[in-house]
Amino acid sequence: MNKGGLLAGMLGAATIGLVVIGTVWPVSSARAYAGGQGLLRSSSTPEAAVQNLGDQIRAQAWQRAYESLANKAQFTEPEFVGDLMGYYPNLRTYSGVDHVEVFPLHASDNDAEVQLKLYWSTVVGPSVSTRDLHVVRDGDHWVAEWPIVKRPVVPPQVIPVNYLRWDVIYRGPGDDWGTQDVESPHVRIVDMHPVQRAEGLVILGELLNEDVVPAYVSVTATLLGKDQTPFATEGSFDKISHLLLPKQVTPFLIQFPGASLSDVQSVRMTPFSTLVPASADPVIEIDNEHLNPAPGASLTGQLINQSGQVVNVAHVLGTFYDSTGHVVWIADQYVDSALLPQTPVPFEIHIPEDLARKVSSERTVVASYTAGGVS
Amino acid sequence: MRAVAAFLLMIGVAAPVCAQSSELMLPAKVEAGAAFSIQSTGTGKGTLYIAGLGQVLKRDVQLGETTWFPAGTLYNAGHYAVFLAGNGSAASGAFDVVPVSQPADLSFLARPSRLAVGLHDGITGAVFLFDAYKNLIPVSMPIEFRLTSPSSETQSSTVVTHNGAAWTVMDSTAKQGTDKFVASSGAISSTRIIGQVPGDPCGLKMSAKPAGRQIQLQTDPVRDCSGNAVPDGTIVTFTEAYNGAQSTVDVPLKRGIAQVEMPAHADATITVASGVILGNQIRWEK
Repeated sequence: MNKGGLLAGMLGAATIGLVVIGTVWPVSSARAYAGGQGLLRSSSTPEAAVQNLGDQIRAQAWQRAYESLANKAQFTEPEFVGDLMGYYPNLRTYSGVDHVEVFPLHASDNDAEVQLKLYWSTVVGPSVSTRDLHVVRDGDHWVAEWPIVKRPVVPPQVIPVNYLRWDVIYRGPGDDWGTQDVESPHVRIVDMHPVQRAEGLVILGELLNEDVVPAYVSVTATLLGKDQTPFATEGSFDKISHLLLPKQVTPFLIQFPGASLSDVQSVRMTPFSTLVPASADPVIEIDNEHLNPAPGASLTGQLINQSGQVVNVAHVLGTFYDSTGHVVWIADQYVDSALLPQTPVPFEIHIPEDLARKVSSERTVVASYTAGGVS
Repeated sequence: MRAVAAFLLMIGVAAPVCAQSSELMLPAKVEAGAAFSIQSTGTGKGTLYIAGLGQVLKRDVQLGETTWFPAGTLYNAGHYAVFLAGNGSAASGAFDVVPVSQPADLSFLARPSRLAVGLHDGITGAVFLFDAYKNLIPVSMPIEFRLTSPSSETQSSTVVTHNGAAWTVMDSTAKQGTDKFVASSGAISSTRIIGQVPGDPCGLKMSAKPAGRQIQLQTDPVRDCSGNAVPDGTIVTFTEAYNGAQSTVDVPLKRGIAQVEMPAHADATITVASGVILGNQIRWEK
């Protein structure tokens, strides 16, 4: 046998050996991802029991997670999964748990309270959900009770909807070159000012659709240096409500990471708008808005879908004003459950601690997305 | 086409050198689409090339005779170079093809296609005059602009073209609807439609009445400052402030009014707005 053949034989034998070793003695993480019991610890403590449950949820091992619960007789496995992932398509449908954290809250000999934080990775960024679990001793180990939130029930009904809808016919290829196309919606920036933050420069403002047709909008800002030379351009990305109905106002926030206000001579703002088909439905009421002071400053409230269709994803944008009416901050939150008709869904938008004391009033808008198109 | 043009350029450069006994008698200018002729001198056979913007002609000619070109041969206005080559001799020259002075078409650009009522100089119209062969007519000609508003009020102006173009500005009137914007030159005309839409709501006013545990809020018919009904779909924002909290809802106008039910809180202050226009304020004391 020549040297090449010998080397090939050795490599083949080594590969087979490694496969056998990996199969017989798999590492715990590989077992976990393969659906085995890897990474699970003994549930000898309340924290370990909740940690195990969190790991099973992360691995989407729904059956094992459900079977491990102390109160599983109170609900079915589909209800347990629906409580975690939602009963209708929503932000969670396209997300998974990245990692979990467990915090003991209270413990006695036979029961304990443990907080489970689930860190979801969603298409719009991280999202954290927190559940406080009651954990009970069962012989030599502990088992968690899942605090099920029962599915909101919308009674069968017919909701007549006759909101306006706009459709658009654009200029055709055979039209004379002088023929007008449909006019783009007229939008106007009604407020704008830069704010220096530790992470960079932030442009805050508000945009108004002053037309009588719906507009898809976005805003771009260009920073000009002392010599009037542009040196950075950024867009509002998702810190804006992109669909504006007539006379609707959206806040926008544009971030320039690492930029300094002292380097900026002026800012060139470029609002963009285009005419798009749209519907005036759904109408979403924002109820019970509360400005909660620092520490942990936030804006909380509830969204109530007043229309008949399910809103799959809701994006809440809060504009915060000082006592003189100037915008001091803009923050947002994606609601990770679908909005059912007439069913309140809470939201919470965090406000930076240093700005919270300046906030005197707020205005909240909701952008909604419905399966099958932007609404 | 490019190869022919390059060849013509080459012989064009060489022509003065090679020119011997042939000469060309060319028209000073030819109206686009008109028949014309070119007379040459000399004897024998030759090839005549005419090259200009977008058109190149090649004809076998008998030197010393007149070559006729029928109507419609040259129709693109511009400067044309002529080259004659043959029998050891060459000649060159040039003439212009000019647009027909009778307009056959006009391109009318009216902007915007939609604007608010009551805007001074809000509508612009620009016209470009063309002959039957789509050549821009640089000769000054009068253009009449006429804007007829929904109330049948008419604005008109006559503008003389300059280098083939004329433009004007008009006002949008106080009544919403469709404007008919016509530009004409003689029997040629073109029409554009301009939409005049209501402006911002004016005197926005709402009323409130109890509806069980809710308050029913409803605006009066929403109109702009000229009395035009603000179109359905326009967003009206109701805000209720109570006990340090607030509820907000954006409601689209439906059949000219906006209405919504909001929670009834004692001592609540309710405001209404549309865009940057504020309406009245109600204090709910029940």
